[in-house]
Amino acid sequence: MTIAGDILLRVEHLTMRFGGLVAVDDLSFEARQGEITALIGPNGAGKTTVFNCITGFYKPSEGRIGLCHGDAAIWSELDALTESGQRGISRPDGGLYLLERMPDYLVTQQARVARTFQNIRLFPGMTVLENLLVAQHNSLMLASGYTLLGIFGFPSYRRAERASIEKARDWLNRVGLIHRADDPAGDLPYGDQRRLEIARAMCTNPVLLCLDEPAAGLNPRESAQLNELLLSIGNENGISILLIEHDMSVVMEISDHVIVLDYGVKISDGAPDEVRNDPKVIAAYLGVPDDEVEKVEAEVGL
Amino acid sequence: MADGVEKVRIDTAGALRDAAITALLAFGLFLPLIGFQTVTNIRNELVLTTRWPLLFSIVAIVGVARLAYSFFFAPWLAQRRLRPVAVTPPAWRGFVGKWFVPFAIGFVIVYPAIVIASLGFGGALKWVDNFGIQILIYVMLGWGLNIVVGLAGLLDLGYVAFYAVGAYAYALLAKEFGFSFWILLPLAGVMSSFWGILLGFPVLRLRGDYLAIVTLAFGEIIRIVLVNWVDLTNGYAGISGIPRPSFFGIPFNADDDGFAATFGLAFSPIYRTIFLYYLILALAFLTAFVTVRLRRLPVGRAWEALREDEIACRSLGINTTNTKLTAFGMGAMFAGFAGSFFAARQGFISPESFTFLESATILSIVVLGGMGSQIGVAIAAIVMIGGTEIMRELDFLKQIFGESFDPTQYRMLLFGFAMVIIMVLRPRGLVSTRDPSVFLKERKAISADLVKEGHG
Repeated sequence: MTIAGDILLRVEHLTMRFGGLVAVDDLSFEARQGEITALIGPNGAGKTTVFNCITGFYKPSEGRIGLCHGDAAIWSELDALTESGQRGISRPDGGLYLLERMPDYLVTQQARVARTFQNIRLFPGMTVLENLLVAQHNSLMLASGYTLLGIFGFPSYRRAERASIEKARDWLNRVGLIHRADDPAGDLPYGDQRRLEIARAMCTNPVLLCLDEPAAGLNPRESAQLNELLLSIGNENGISILLIEHDMSVVMEISDHVIVLDYGVKISDGAPDEVRNDPKVIAAYLGVPDDEVEKVEAEVGL
Repeated sequence: MADGVEKVRIDTAGALRDAAITALLAFGLFLPLIGFQTVTNIRNELVLTTRWPLLFSIVAIVGVARLAYSFFFAPWLAQRRLRPVAVTPPAWRGFVGKWFVPFAIGFVIVYPAIVIASLGFGGALKWVDNFGIQILIYVMLGWGLNIVVGLAGLLDLGYVAFYAVGAYAYALLAKEFGFSFWILLPLAGVMSSFWGILLGFPVLRLRGDYLAIVTLAFGEIIRIVLVNWVDLTNGYAGISGIPRPSFFGIPFNADDDGFAATFGLAFSPIYRTIFLYYLILALAFLTAFVTVRLRRLPVGRAWEALREDEIACRSLGINTTNTKLTAFGMGAMFAGFAGSFFAARQGFISPESFTFLESATILSIVVLGGMGSQIGVAIAAIVMIGGTEIMRELDFLKQIFGESFDPTQYRMLLFGFAMVIIMVLRPRGLVSTRDPSVFLKERKAISADLVKEGHG
């Protein structure tokens, strides 16, 4: 079984170039099982690019992204797997996947990494409940015998569908949207749409949840609710979270581990308190060279 | 107004200016089209004549119509838009909504009996054949294309290609090998589906306009192959003498072992027509049933999700390529069924039945009916195809417009009018709301404003 604290995601020497622009430069970090890892940095630092590489939407120019389910001992086979040219190995006691080799849908389907988007991407013309059922597509597809059993209304499919509706209902209760279940997702207020997107990602049954600015556009009360939701996802479900966020009240309060990016380069890595006091981080956020930090701080009265 | 909605003001000067501009545009457009005419005179020379009275009367009609639009129709439209959206529908609408579908199904089942009872055997033939069967073929094609365009949001302009594959598959296999209709019907569906998937592989990387152009080209390629591969398809001359379907082995002819003789009836061609009517009705119902079922299965939900947001689909682990291919294959399969029925009914097929115009007709049925809506598509097919058939019946118009007047020539005009009216009044089609596939407490229709149309 997985033990909290084992390494779940290992990003090594990740580099992403768009023509001449180096968006991410030789980035390496680790995310641990059951922890909330935050990825922060000024605008344009390359955070979303890292996300897109991890979730398969971009193919990295260089680097290796490994993800391990279950028994952490499988990590020892990482180099052998890389040599073999395979996408991943899956065994009863766990699995090891090289995310940079997988197309986006397989990252979710096999490696079980779910994500949300900076600009919310729900299915606006489908109901809240339907949104959550689409997220369970792969398990339902299997239960419907790739449509053949489903079309004749086999009881095994009906059972699976009921179970998936139950699961959706659970998540709607947790994010407080059960009373809106039959309304179109496009009709929900912004904050509710954010929570629904998280619930939808959770319905894919992930081991790692990647959230791209989940608190953007939320008021303080809503972001406090979000904190609670994310902590409960981590604690109750044992899901690890990778988080991009600008709202420091969210980052500092809930994350176990913070990684700071600036111009595609990692400038700091550690516990929230260490990072908060790191002069390099302060300099990056203020947009000045390291040695001028004190002067600027004095100017703005910090 | 009493309910607090402000009355829309009419800008007279603006309306006049608008009418003048419209008349000017019409003049520019119709001057070469109507104003000038080339006539061959008695010495076989081409002479240019002018038709000023006709030109000016048409320009005047356009101008006056535009004026009438600004004064009466536009304010009404604006008023309609101002009305609050969340009006509870009147009680009769709920009643009609509940009973419309069972009533419509009952009606199409007893339709041949009604027609025979009122017109007799001789008169009924035309009504069952031209109206019943012809419309049902298009209803079925509309429902098939609805899967691709309405649910999955993939704009397919070459749908008729799969119809052609089905028709030629039936015609060639039935003639060469003498297979029966019931073997070839599924086989034609499989062949069409195969071609749909084969086309889909390279094409589905494209989106939106590009997908539309490539599917259009594919439709033309199939037609041109049918024209030029004379050894196989007999080119423009087409294939004639295609075996007709029999009543489970009993042929519809005047022989002693024919249908009429077997059941002790007097021979009449209408038995075959009625049989074909129920055959296409069953096929259409099959299409509708499968589509309704699929919408509630994960694959159907994935199609609709694909139409809403493809990137979100991929982030949820849905293989979008496979999902698009199933939509394409499924749509093509129903076109193949319809095609093989068409070949069996006509007994003769040629590439002329599978032109781009057919694709455009089917697509306009889907768009007018409301993408994704079964009832809307059926009504649109009745209006469009029934409308063109009705035009053949309007012979009395010859007494008004003269002997040379042929109402069927105005088919495209009817299409155009139907399009414009629907696009102005109901831009998302007759039935634009989306019915959710699953619900917890209450089924609520989803407004078309929220539902996406897909980007290919």
